[in-house]
Amino acid sequence: MPILEHLWIIPLLPLLGAAANGLLGRGWSAKRVSMVALSSTALAFAAVLELTREFFQLGADQLPVMHSYFTWIAAGGFRADFALQVDQLTLVMLLVVTGVGWLIHIYSTAYMADDRGYTRFFAYLNLFMFFMLILVLAANYALMFVGWEGVGLSSYLLIGFWFLKPSATNAGNKAFWVNRVGDFGFLLGLFLMFRTFASLDFASVFPRAALMPVESSGHGVLTVMALLLFVGATGKSAQLPLYVWLPDAMEGPTPVSALIHAATMVTAGVYMVARSSMIFTHAPRAMAVVAVVGAVTALFAATIALVQTDIKKVLAYSTVSQLGYMFLGLGAGAFGAGIFHLMTHAFFKGLLFLGAGSVIHAMGGEQDLRKMGGLRKKIPWTYWTMLMATLAIAGAPGFSGFFSKDDILGSIGTGTGGQILWVVGVLTAGLTAFYMFRMLFLAFHGAPRFDEHHVHVHESPKKMLAPLVVLAILSVIGGWWAAPEVLFGGVNYFDRFLEPVFSASGAMIEEMSRAFVLDRMAVAVGAGLVGFLVAWWMYIRRANTAAHVGESRNGIYLLLAGKYFIDQIYAALIVKPMVWISRVVLWHGVDQGVIDGTVNGVADSAQVGGGILRRVYSGNTRSYATWVVLGAAALVTFLLWKGR
Amino acid sequence: MVPVSDYLVLSAVLFGLGVAGFVFKRNIVTLFMCIELMLNAVNLAFVAFSRALGGLQGQVYVFFVIVVAAAESAVGLAIIILIARNRRSLNVERVDSLKL
Repeated sequence: MPILEHLWIIPLLPLLGAAANGLLGRGWSAKRVSMVALSSTALAFAAVLELTREFFQLGADQLPVMHSYFTWIAAGGFRADFALQVDQLTLVMLLVVTGVGWLIHIYSTAYMADDRGYTRFFAYLNLFMFFMLILVLAANYALMFVGWEGVGLSSYLLIGFWFLKPSATNAGNKAFWVNRVGDFGFLLGLFLMFRTFASLDFASVFPRAALMPVESSGHGVLTVMALLLFVGATGKSAQLPLYVWLPDAMEGPTPVSALIHAATMVTAGVYMVARSSMIFTHAPRAMAVVAVVGAVTALFAATIALVQTDIKKVLAYSTVSQLGYMFLGLGAGAFGAGIFHLMTHAFFKGLLFLGAGSVIHAMGGEQDLRKMGGLRKKIPWTYWTMLMATLAIAGAPGFSGFFSKDDILGSIGTGTGGQILWVVGVLTAGLTAFYMFRMLFLAFHGAPRFDEHHVHVHESPKKMLAPLVVLAILSVIGGWWAAPEVLFGGVNYFDRFLEPVFSASGAMIEEMSRAFVLDRMAVAVGAGLVGFLVAWWMYIRRANTAAHVGESRNGIYLLLAGKYFIDQIYAALIVKPMVWISRVVLWHGVDQGVIDGTVNGVADSAQVGGGILRRVYSGNTRSYATWVVLGAAALVTFLLWKGR
Repeated sequence: MVPVSDYLVLSAVLFGLGVAGFVFKRNIVTLFMCIELMLNAVNLAFVAFSRALGGLQGQVYVFFVIVVAAAESAVGLAIIILIARNRRSLNVERVDSLKL
C-alpha cells in the first residue's frame, strides 16, 4: 500500500514541478520546461491511479484513510496537523483534478508554445495543482483553508498572467478581492466551528456535529456555521452575489479558464459543502438557502449567457450557471448528485473551454462570435468534439450531462418549494441548450463573417486535439454510471460509490415513483429540445432573427446585454463608497490628519521652539554675559533657598 | 582685627563692579579689565577665608588664579590687538560675525 501510506507524494509532485520551473527554469528550453511540468502532473495522475487500485482493496470499515504526517500548528488548545485523508469523495476529486489537469497541461504545451512567459505559466499551473490537491486531500479545515487560499493565489496569478494588459491585472485583482469577501465568511465559519467543537479536524468535528439535534429554527449554531461556510463557497464557486469575478477571469489564458475557472478550482466550494454535509444536514434552513441560491444563480447566469458575444464569456456564465446546478443538488440533499455533476461538468466544460481555445487559436486570437461562422468544415476535430460537449451540457439523452443533471433534478423534493426549484432547474436546462447551440451555430455554422483573405483558419496541432478527443469521450460516457437507474430503475453506481461519505449525515432524498421520475426527466429533456430548436430557428433557419432582436433595443435585451448591470450596481453601492471612505476618511482624515499630523506636529513644534530659542543667541557678547550673570544669580538664589 | 565679613563684603562689591562693568561697557579693553577685577575679587575672598580658617589651600588657589589670569591676559590682549587691527574699532558690539 505504498501510496495509501504516503499520501503526501501526490501533492508533492506538482509542487516539485512548480519549484523546478519557477526557481530554476529561467534559462531552460521550452522542451525541458514542458517535460518537467508534464511529468510531474503525469506522475501525480499515475499516483492517483495507483491509489485508486489500492483504495478498492480496502474494506469499508477502514475508511476514511487518514494519515497525520506532522504537527503543523500547536498553540494553546488549538492543534492542526499536516494530515491527509482519502475517502470516496476525495478519490473522485483527485481523479478529476489530476486527470483533467494532466490533459490540460498537455494542451497548454501547444497552446502557450509561442508565449514569452512559457516557464512562468507552467510554474503557476503546477503550483495550482499542488494547492488544489492539498485542498481535496486535507483532513482538517485549517489545512483545507491553506489549499483554498492557495488556489485563489494561483488563480490570481494566472488571470493576471498577461500582466502588461491592464484589463488582465484588473480582472486578477477583482477575483482576489471578491474572493476575500467569501474567504472572510469561511474563516468566521471556522472560528465558530473551533468555538463549538474545539477542533477543526474532520474526524472530531463531524461525529460531534452528528450528536447535535437538527436545527429547525434559523438561529442555531450549526445553521450559522453552515451559512458562513456557504458564504465562502459562494465566493470560490462564483454564486450570487459573489459571482462577478468569474466572467472577468476569462482574461487569463484559455487553458487556465478550462482548468481553474471551469473544471477544478471553482468546484472547490461544491466540494467543501459536500465535505461538510454533516453540518449542513443538521441545518435545514441553511440547506434551503444553498438550494435557492444555487437555483437562482443557475437561472440568472443562464439568462446573461443568452446574449454574450464573446465565446469565452458565454462559457463563463455557463459555468456560473452549472455551478448553481451543483449547489441546487447539494441543497436538495443530493450530495452525490452534486458531485456527479461536478465530475461530468469538469469533462464537458473543460472540453468546451479547450475547444474555444482551439477556435481562438484557429481564428488567430479572435474571440467574438459575431466575427466567426462556417468553421465546421475548416476545423472538423474541434467542431465534433465541441458538439459532444454541447450535447452533454444541454442534457441530450445518453450524454454525461444528461445523467448528472437528471440526477440533480430528480432528487428535488415535491413540496411547494421543491416544485418551484425544479421548474427553475428545467427552465435553466432549456436556456442552457439554447445558449450552447447558439454559440455552436454562430461559431461553426452559416457563412463565414470574417475576411478569409486575412484570417487563415487552421486546425490546431495534435497536442491540442488529443485532450479534446479524450475529454469528448469522457463527456459522452462519463455519466453512464447512472445509466442502469435511468434505463430500468437499477442502481446509480456513482451515487452508491459516494454513499458511505454522506450516509452518516442522514441526508434524505424524497422517495418518488419511477413513473414520476421518468415524467420529470421527459420534461427536462423536452426543455432542452425546445432550447435547441429555438436556437436552430434563430441562427440557422432565419439567421437574421437574432440581429433583429439585437437592433430592436428592447428592454429585456438591453438588460441581459448589460448583464443586469450588476457590476455597475456594485460599483455604485460598494466600490464607490469604499473608495470615498478610503480617500476622505482613511487617507485624508486618519492617515494625513492623525498619523502624518502627529509626526509633522512633533517636527513643527521642535522647529518653532528652536526658532524662539535661537533669539537668545544674539551675537552680542554682553548679552551672553547677562545670561551668565542671571543664571548664576538664579543658581545662588536656589542654593540659598534650599539651604535655608 | 578686621572681621572676615568685611573682606567678603569688599570682595562682593569689587566682583559686582566687575560684572556691572562687563555688562554695561563696550570697549573691549575695559571688559578685559573688568574680568581681571572679578578674578581679583575672588582672590580676595580666597585669601580672607584662608586666613580666617587657618588653612593654606585658599592661598594656593590664589596662585593658580593669578597664573591663569596672566596666561589669559597674554592670549586675550593678543586677540584684542588683532581685532583692533582688523576692525579698526574696539567696540564689542561690532564683534558679532559668529552669529547665525
